[in-house]
Amino acid sequence: MLVSLYRYNPEADNAPFMQDIEVELPKGRDLMVLDVLNLLKEKDVTLSYRRSCREGVCGSDGMNMNGKNGLACITPVSQVIKKDKLVLRPLPGLPVIRDLVVDMSLFYKQYEKVMPYLVNDQPAPAIERLQTPEDREKLDGLYECILCACCSTACPSFWWNPDKFIGPAGLLQAYRFLADSRDTAQAERLADLDDPFSVFRCRGIMNCVSVCPKGLNPTRAIGHIRNLLLQRAT
Amino acid sequence: MGNVSSVTNLGRSGVADWLMQRVSAYVLALYTVVLFVFIIANPGMSYDTWAGLFGQTWMRIVTLMALLSIGAHAWVGLWTVTTDYMKSALPRFLVQAACGLTMFVYVVWGIQILWGF
Repeated sequence: MLVSLYRYNPEADNAPFMQDIEVELPKGRDLMVLDVLNLLKEKDVTLSYRRSCREGVCGSDGMNMNGKNGLACITPVSQVIKKDKLVLRPLPGLPVIRDLVVDMSLFYKQYEKVMPYLVNDQPAPAIERLQTPEDREKLDGLYECILCACCSTACPSFWWNPDKFIGPAGLLQAYRFLADSRDTAQAERLADLDDPFSVFRCRGIMNCVSVCPKGLNPTRAIGHIRNLLLQRAT
Repeated sequence: MGNVSSVTNLGRSGVADWLMQRVSAYVLALYTVVLFVFIIANPGMSYDTWAGLFGQTWMRIVTLMALLSIGAHAWVGLWTVTTDYMKSALPRFLVQAACGLTMFVYVVWGIQILWGF
C-alpha cells in the first residue's frame, strides 16, 4: 500500500510537501490507520502526530484520511483505502504546527465561549443537584463529545470564520448546557449566541454529522438552539 | 447582544436576518406561483391583459412586497457571501455598499414602474 503523508517542519522546510512511502501490510488482518502511522514512525522518528488512548476516547488523533476527517485509531485501513493508496493530512483549516499536528487554539477558544460548564445560582444542596430520568435523557447525544475537532474542521463555515463562528463542536456543547434542567443561565447563554455569526453561519450542510467518530448530530443541536433563539425573539 | 458584533448586516441580530431570509423566500415563492398560474391561465396574452393585472391595487401591493423581499433576501445572502470570502475590510465594505445601492435602485425603479405606467 502507498501512503502519502503530509509533512511539514517549519524549522527545516520552506513549504509543506507530500511524502510517498510504500508500506507492507501484514497479510490476513486489518490495521487501523494509527497502526500504519506507528509502523511509519518506527522507520522515521521525525514523523509527528498526536495519539494517546488508541481506542477512540481521548480524541487526540483526529486527521484527514483520504479526504475525510476521522480518528486514526478507530478507522480501519480497509474502510478508507482507495486504489491501494492512503493519503494522510492534518485536520483542514487549522494552522499546522508540524506534520499531522495542528494548533487547536481557535477551536478551544470557541469552545470556551459557550461556557461549557453548569451554571446554577441556587445554593448547592447537601449531596447533589437532582434531575429526573427524563431530563437526564435530554443530554444523550450531547455529552458524549470528545472534542477531537473532526466536525468543526470539516465545516466550511468554520474554515472561513473560525474566529467568529463557534462551529459544530462548540454549538453541540452550547446546547448540552441549554438543555440541562439544572442550568439557570439559559437567558444569558442565548443572549451570547444571538449574533449573525456564532450560530447562524451554520448552513446545515451536515459535514459535521457525516464525520463525527462518535455518531453525534451537531446539526440537530444547532437547529434546537435556533428554535430557542426564535422563541426568545418573537 | 451576542459574542460577535456586526453593523453591516440587515437586521442587527442573527435571528432577525435568519427570519427575514425565510419569510422573504416564502413571499418570493408564492409570488412566482401566482405569476405562473396567471400566465398559464391566459395563453397568448395581450399587453392589455398584462397591464390590466398590474393596474390592480392588490397586484401592485403584492409586487411591491416581492420587490422588498428580493432586496432583503439578496442583502442577507450577499452580506453572508462577502463576510465568508472577503477578508479585507475596505473592499468588503465597498462591495456591500455596491450591493446595497443596486438593491435600493431596483426597489425605487420598481415602484416607479408599478405606479407609473
